[in-house]
Amino acid sequence: MSTASSIDLQPSAGARVWAWFTEQGAALGILLLIFLAWEAATRLLDVPVYILPSPSVIIVKIYADWALLMDNAWASLQEVILGFGLSVVVGIPLAVAIVYSRIFERVAFPLMVSLQTVPKVALAPILVMWFGYGILPKVLVAFLISFFPIVINTVIGMRSVEKEMIYLAESMGAGQLQTFIKIRFPKALPNIFGGLKVGIGQAVIGAIVGEFIAAEKGLGYLQLIAQVRLDTPLLFSSVVILSLMGVILFNIVVWVERMVIPWHRQITERVE
Amino acid sequence: MTAQREMITHSANDVSVEVAGVTKHYRTAKSGPVHALDEVSLNLGSGEFVSIVGPSGCGKSTLLMLISGLIPVSSGTIKVGGKPVNGPVDEAGIVFQRDVLLDWRSVLSNVMLPVEIKRLDQKAHLNKATELLHSVGLTGFEEKYPSELSGGMRQRVAICRALVQSPGLLLMDEPFGALDALTREQMNLDLQRMWLRDRNTVLFITHSIEEAIFLSDRVAVMSARPGRIAEVLDIDLGRPRGAQTRSDRKFVEYIDRVRRRFLAQGILSES
Ligand SMILES: Nc1ncnc2c1ncn2[C@@H]1O[C@H](COP(=O)(O)OP(=O)(O)OP(=O)(O)O)[C@@H](O)[C@H]1O
Ligand SMILES: [Mg+2]
Repeated sequence: MSTASSIDLQPSAGARVWAWFTEQGAALGILLLIFLAWEAATRLLDVPVYILPSPSVIIVKIYADWALLMDNAWASLQEVILGFGLSVVVGIPLAVAIVYSRIFERVAFPLMVSLQTVPKVALAPILVMWFGYGILPKVLVAFLISFFPIVINTVIGMRSVEKEMIYLAESMGAGQLQTFIKIRFPKALPNIFGGLKVGIGQAVIGAIVGEFIAAEKGLGYLQLIAQVRLDTPLLFSSVVILSLMGVILFNIVVWVERMVIPWHRQITERVE
Repeated sequence: MTAQREMITHSANDVSVEVAGVTKHYRTAKSGPVHALDEVSLNLGSGEFVSIVGPSGCGKSTLLMLISGLIPVSSGTIKVGGKPVNGPVDEAGIVFQRDVLLDWRSVLSNVMLPVEIKRLDQKAHLNKATELLHSVGLTGFEEKYPSELSGGMRQRVAICRALVQSPGLLLMDEPFGALDALTREQMNLDLQRMWLRDRNTVLFITHSIEEAIFLSDRVAVMSARPGRIAEVLDIDLGRPRGAQTRSDRKFVEYIDRVRRRFLAQGILSES
């Protein structure tokens, strides 16, 4: 750590990877331990593969069925991205409308909040009935459940602007549009990204639930098939790929957040 | 005195402030109307530096907001540069009680905000902004975010932001309230220097009697709520004022006089 390179403000790639490992070391260690215990237990107790396959069996399975898994993951990914994209494209403008329009605030917002109590998953069969087995019902379920956290967080963010900030803009002669672009929207960005981070996870859930009900493709569909065939290793493999997909998507949102609001990272790092 | 002031500012356009019989009630949802200001009258000549001192909650910020045109009067009239105020006053640069910096903008782009919003010449004002930051000791901090600054530094940025458009009228609401005594004294000197150079009209709100007297041509003393102007003092001290001013006998007498005024009002009490 006392080498000249560590004084450098931009650490080398190797140093960063090492830093990541030391930081995440405890979590990684625990994870590794769990897998080792799992592996040992299945071997020692001779657990049948159709009940609980060992990690090594799952890894081999993933490797063997890679093409099949990717093919279905790709189908699920499309549903997730379209559903989530729709949530963003509809949700953020709706939040803006709620903040700026009395009617939306008084009618749309309470309506939305009360609809939030409807378990959206329960709507999935209806959507399938209406829109068939294609991609559309899954996209809609993903949209429906990822939509709310995005709207609510955006609304909260835009309302969190202090009165003085609005006064400041007004005193400079800013109109509504300028106040929105220069104050309200950037101020709301940390909250918006908070909503997006919740929303992306919800969108994955929505897509998979949609697939459970009726599908011809996707990781949720693959799970159903595997279940019928008692192919437990394939079931687990699907879960692993699905989790990986969730983690990667979440981290993409985090990465975009860092690009878009570098100032926010500075504030949160200070708190840490 | 008035004639002299007019001589000083003969070239600049008129940014006098006339507050005549202004009353302000705030309507509140729960507790009924708040009577914040009662029949306040106060005039600021163009290029004059006037301070307001008064107890907390007496309506100082309210008066400043009214003059800036950000909130409407309940009755009475306010004119800036001879024109009645009804809407944000264009010539005004405001330093709010809190610094209100935008977290997502660098120091320099915070200072440039008014230029951006008013669509003024970016290039010319960029120099001005850099100069201003330099004059308050913030050179090298241009690209930092507000979260990386101390409270005093943030307030200095807010002052630069108010000054970047060379406002004819500068409205400052306890700008140095959050600063330590030493920084505060330095800021007083810096503000005086800038004012002596630009000669804009300044309304300066403060809790500090000493600060008000040190900086101002005149000091208006307000009474507790509903706020009224209890007394206006002419401060007859030479310029530029410095460390020796603070030990000047006249300076000490002015402080004493304001303090006795607060004692008489029961705002300060010795028992
Ligand atoms: N937006 C508002 N709505 C209702 N009442 C208000 C509002 N703003 C101020 N007031 C009330 O008006 C009175 C004067 O407030 P103001 O902020 O002008 O006081 P101040 O002299 O600036 O006090 P301080 O020195 O503590 O900043 C206070 O009693 C306050 O409660
Ligand atoms: Mg105040």
